[in-house]
Amino acid sequence: MSSATGPDAFTGATPDNAIRDADRAGKSGGAMLAADGTPLKASLAKSLRAQKLRALALIAPLLIFIMVTFIAPIADMLFRSVENDIVSQTLPRTVVELDRWDGEGVPDEQTFRALGADLMVASELKNHTRLGSRLNYETTGVSSLFRQTGRDVDDLGEIYADQFIDLNEAWEEPSTWMSLMADPAWIENHEAWAAQEDEDETPEPRFRVSPTAQQALPRTARLFSQFATIIQTEDEDSPTEEEPWNIVYQALYEDLTGGYDAGAYGGDIQALLANAAEAAASFEQMNVRDFFVEEIDEDWADPQVWGTIEAFSSPYTAGYFLSAIDMQLTPQGIEAQPEDQQIYMLLFQRTMFMSMTIMISCILLGYPIAFLLSNLPLRTSNLLLILVLLPFWTSLLVRTSAWKVLLQQQGVINDILVWIGLVADGNRLELINNQTGTIIAMTHILLPFMILPLYSVMKTIPPHYVRAAKSLGATNWTAFWRVYFPQSIPGIGAGSILVFILSIGYYITPEIVGGTTGTFISNRIAYHISTSLNWGLAAALGSILLAFVLLLYYLYDRIVGIDNVSLG
Amino acid sequence: MELPPYATLGQRVWHYTFLVICGLIFFFLIAPILTIIPLSFNAENFFTFTPGMLAFDPDAYSLRHYEDFFTNSQWQAAMWNSIKIAPVATLISVALGTLAAVGLSQSHVPFRRAIMAILISPMIVPLIISAAGMYFFYSRLGMQGTYWGVVLAHAALGIPFVIITVTATLVGFDRSLTRASANLGAGPVRTFFKVQMPLILPGVISGGLFAFITSFDEVVVVLFVGSAGQKTLPWQMFIGLREQISPTILAVATILVILSIMLLTGVELLRRRSEKMRGLSPG
Repeated sequence: MSSATGPDAFTGATPDNAIRDADRAGKSGGAMLAADGTPLKASLAKSLRAQKLRALALIAPLLIFIMVTFIAPIADMLFRSVENDIVSQTLPRTVVELDRWDGEGVPDEQTFRALGADLMVASELKNHTRLGSRLNYETTGVSSLFRQTGRDVDDLGEIYADQFIDLNEAWEEPSTWMSLMADPAWIENHEAWAAQEDEDETPEPRFRVSPTAQQALPRTARLFSQFATIIQTEDEDSPTEEEPWNIVYQALYEDLTGGYDAGAYGGDIQALLANAAEAAASFEQMNVRDFFVEEIDEDWADPQVWGTIEAFSSPYTAGYFLSAIDMQLTPQGIEAQPEDQQIYMLLFQRTMFMSMTIMISCILLGYPIAFLLSNLPLRTSNLLLILVLLPFWTSLLVRTSAWKVLLQQQGVINDILVWIGLVADGNRLELINNQTGTIIAMTHILLPFMILPLYSVMKTIPPHYVRAAKSLGATNWTAFWRVYFPQSIPGIGAGSILVFILSIGYYITPEIVGGTTGTFISNRIAYHISTSLNWGLAAALGSILLAFVLLLYYLYDRIVGIDNVSLG
Repeated sequence: MELPPYATLGQRVWHYTFLVICGLIFFFLIAPILTIIPLSFNAENFFTFTPGMLAFDPDAYSLRHYEDFFTNSQWQAAMWNSIKIAPVATLISVALGTLAAVGLSQSHVPFRRAIMAILISPMIVPLIISAAGMYFFYSRLGMQGTYWGVVLAHAALGIPFVIITVTATLVGFDRSLTRASANLGAGPVRTFFKVQMPLILPGVISGGLFAFITSFDEVVVVLFVGSAGQKTLPWQMFIGLREQISPTILAVATILVILSIMLLTGVELLRRRSEKMRGLSPG
């Protein structure tokens, strides 16, 4: 062993010397070995790695737990604020057709046919009302339009169904449709299933459409396969026993008249199809666009409705965020909401303003208390600290109920004021269900969060600075303002950010004492979750609030440090 | 804060004014909580002092609101739900939180700051946002409106408190003790339970008390994640305050104030004990 040199007073086997020796040995070529014969450096690195892994293994269960129970929900909320697949999922055909629409006038016949097919499927799945209420957030009236259409869409294509059946009764038979549409493999499976004795025990195999039909009659195949699936899942019937929807006949008509490939099928079916194709050319036609506009609802001719559908047809949307800042996505682009519907910016401003007021009241009330506590002998200040900690530890609901009781018009405070004679009995103060109520109650609730950080900073301010200032001729005020106060600013910063963060997200207290004018943005979020069910907007409002809080939290971390959060 | 004998009249006046101001602020802090205690013994269904109460007429006081609390099935159901939810949530927070705090206090932890930020986040994110996110996510999983949904949500909310108090206790922990224990032949598990745990126990318990009060007091998250079957005491109070306000709330509030005084005393005693054990304070 070589000896240490320089400032190290220890010679021999200290850890420092061992590492230095190992270094030196490594440089000179011969590696320093650990007890088991491996190079010391490798051995140390291995043990360090083991230590890191052990630490991570201890943290992992909690980290996973928080990820699943907390971080995933927050991520889900962020996702929901932009998620918008309801239009493209409910109206897949229409969305594709609308690509051709130039935004002027009414879309063409083709688009209306797609809409008819989509709405038929949606109304069977009862999805159209959901889509209607979603789009109603953007354009009022859409909800009732969709409900109305859902009722009438059954009749669409009836004219073709009648003509096909008049042509050949076989078109009425489910068996004809099966041999036309079903995958041969599925038919085999289905026969095996039907041959079972207890066919109620196992469900019918899911319908599969044949590749031949998909190729020869694409529109009919797609719609029929949706029909069959809905019959199986929603109605729990068998497609082998049901006549298809009227609109399937319309799709068949479209397929047969629009470039139909006659060679795909063989045998009876080919003859049937060829016959139908020939006859279809002279069928009485029906204008779907006219049916929608004249029979169902003239709103279908309104470009506004179509513009809304198009604007929200992509799977992601900024629409909720725009609503959250009083803008809207219209067919003409982004524009401000009508004056009378602008409420969110006002609410955000009010939330900011009230949180500021609460923060300032907390500073004004908390500073003297923290000053007093830090300048009293420890025994007295500990005793007085209980008066701060007791409200801190008391249930939030208890404190809120106390204020509700105290601030009422027939409550204790008004009673006392009347009794003193400050206020006439008929003229009691309105202290609750407005901003005053929220500010008073929340200042009380958050005051301990201001006092505690202030107190812990003030405790560390050495008293002799002020004494020195005074001995140099400063007045009491100058000594305080120029010497003591600047040193207490970190405490004010910490307390203010803490109070501000807590107050902008408050829900319970404003809900109970705030009435309509004293509520915060969080009350609106809760309203959209549980009453209006506009979850996307709730998520967007929540995301904006979250971003703001995280920004403040980042500042807090810069000024105070997360690790310095102390509790009581 | 003693007034020097040479203080001028102006200084004296200011000194006493300051004391009066502080007195008023203390009064503001504590009076609302103290006012509801006598009001909860009101014999009438009023929320203010009746003339009889002000004259200390014994007939004006009664225990009827307490009786209502202990006999009304809604309040009792709410109380039992609280008793069923809070301890289980606390247990999960404390078990996972202590383990992780021990891991975090090791000397070499990769991504320590990031991990800490994630673990503390349930305390930072406003409750309404946590509640909204949990409501959306738990409904996807079918856990919305179930007992375990509420318990897991509350456990997540309580974890930051356990992490903070336990890591604070571990800061003063003497590592040579675990080395000595290993030297004497104890495995890591035995060392943890026989050497480390008894020393950090005060921190663990006070973290547990924080987690308990968080769950017991929590209303926003349970309002969204829970359903009628998980109605807790704060939830019932919230409904009572919003809809049919009855003085029974004041009786419940008084009981909760007493509970919080007990918890406060407990935490304070534990803090002193922990400081004494770590040799941080003389007394």
